[in-house]
Amino acid sequence: MATQLTPLRRTRHSKLYWRDTIEGYAFIMPVILGLILFVFGPMIASLYISFTEYSILQAPVWVGFRNYVDMFTRAPLRVMHSLWVTIIYAAASVPLVLVAALGAALLLNQKLRGMRYFRTMLYIPTVVPLVATIFVWGWLLNPSYGLVNAALKLLGLPPGTWLSEPNTALPTLILLSVWGIGGSMVIFLAGLQGIPESLYEAAKIDGANEWHMFWHITLPQLSPTIFFLLITGIISAFQYFAPAFILTRGGPLFATYFYNLNLYEKAFRWQFMGLASAMAWLLFVIIIALTYILFRSSNAWVFYEVKR
Amino acid sequence: MTTMRETAPAAAHANTARYTHRRQLRNRLRAVLVYATLSAIAFVFLLPLAWMVLTAIKTPQEALRFPPTIIPNAIQLDNFAKAWNYPGMQFPRWTLNTLWISLTVVTGVVLTSSLCAFGFARIRFPGRSFWFAATLASVMLPPQVTLIPLYILFYRIGWLNTFNPLIIPAWFGGGALNIFLLRQFFLNIPAELEDAAYMDGANRLQIWGRIFLPLSMPALLTVAIFTFQATWNDFYAPLIYLTGRENYTLALGINLFNSQFGSEIQYMMAISFLMTIPMIIVFFLAQRYFVSGITLTGINR
Repeated sequence: MATQLTPLRRTRHSKLYWRDTIEGYAFIMPVILGLILFVFGPMIASLYISFTEYSILQAPVWVGFRNYVDMFTRAPLRVMHSLWVTIIYAAASVPLVLVAALGAALLLNQKLRGMRYFRTMLYIPTVVPLVATIFVWGWLLNPSYGLVNAALKLLGLPPGTWLSEPNTALPTLILLSVWGIGGSMVIFLAGLQGIPESLYEAAKIDGANEWHMFWHITLPQLSPTIFFLLITGIISAFQYFAPAFILTRGGPLFATYFYNLNLYEKAFRWQFMGLASAMAWLLFVIIIALTYILFRSSNAWVFYEVKR
Repeated sequence: MTTMRETAPAAAHANTARYTHRRQLRNRLRAVLVYATLSAIAFVFLLPLAWMVLTAIKTPQEALRFPPTIIPNAIQLDNFAKAWNYPGMQFPRWTLNTLWISLTVVTGVVLTSSLCAFGFARIRFPGRSFWFAATLASVMLPPQVTLIPLYILFYRIGWLNTFNPLIIPAWFGGGALNIFLLRQFFLNIPAELEDAAYMDGANRLQIWGRIFLPLSMPALLTVAIFTFQATWNDFYAPLIYLTGRENYTLALGINLFNSQFGSEIQYMMAISFLMTIPMIIVFFLAQRYFVSGITLTGINR
């Protein structure tokens, strides 16, 4: 019955064609309105604002490319500095989290008893609210009362300066990002469990050792997962905000003055809405460019199974 | 991988037996190593949470002792109540605010993302792939790009310092990734069920509500749980849109508490832990959705 109906429904300009079109648009209406109201509309407005000087209270004044020029040339705005801080963070924390998450997933993927419990324990930090996490880290790393420095002292090691010194603050935040590997770890686990066992069995018959199997089976099979996590990781690293805002306020000496924190202060502390919008567009262009490069390079290293 | 079927040929030759024995030994050694590494990692990962709780039940003097005591000498369980009712803070109210925002956001997201996903998965119409691509592309847009125009818009229509900027946008499609996840799920529901319902005279809204939603519970729950978690924990959007203390969410409230009474670390840790409890409960109730729900997204293909 159903198979007889299908061709009928697809006849162009028939009643059913129009019904499908109307109902289709009715169903996706929320997202269409959402895209227009909260994405495309504001994007156009934001592009316009980025070419103006605007403090909300006064009408915007057209200044041409001045905001864009200022971003690159006026050092006191620290746009390039904060971009650099964010790039260092992204370049260090994204690979670090990927490697740590993959390592944890490989351990958890061993066919041993009790792995379920370890998986839960390693995932729990991910469900702890970010704000709570931030405060407990601040407390653990407190230079004078913190548990970490107490432990170092007990081991006879010198105390760390962690977030209190310019040269250790950013590395500390990078290190802390490892604590949030839970999400990526679970995605890697799902990826690992999707690799057909037969591949390993075939390799074993050919005399491959585990190292070979990891490099020639596991990694290529996981490459789509790695690709996905790389892109989402980079996008979220460029959004980094709360830990720097709460723990360090961008300091000491602007060592953790992340791009997004800078943008927030320009917009809501100084009311430089034009400059902040220009900063947002630069961020967007960078993300698009990085995504594009990754997609272009993915042909070379991401392995997709040929669909049957 | 290696532990499988090695008992079968055991008795045959002495040589094979010795070989099997050595392999078993190696496997056991390997298991010990895996367990030891995982235990060390788990210790490091759970330490902050444990330290949060241990600090939360200390006296003010003991909390600031250095080197610190691991197990508190005098356990102060009433620290939780004291922090919760701290003078000048409004934690009960902030909790209700957070709960209200989270629940209305989850409702909006689940409802509208499943409607859109149904449209994208099950109805053919011109322009469908364009709108689906546009939806997916919006993932790459940093929220900062739309932040300032939206802030100005909400300011103009009097929505600043209300929950509207946090709630209303969630009712417009509920986010590209959620639509994508549900669409993938809907695509796998057999068309026969749909066709049979059409025969019985059902319309599309009924098919969505009576067939697709009940069949997609795991996917819907995954969306609901991740949305709830993200909203409950959000710091950035409330920071921008909520200015009056009475409208704060828990995240903002704790931050305010820290800036005023941050030195009372036992209360800081107590209130942080109180904010964490609902998330831990949700996690344990819905663990399988957290951990296995991700396979639903089908990112491997």
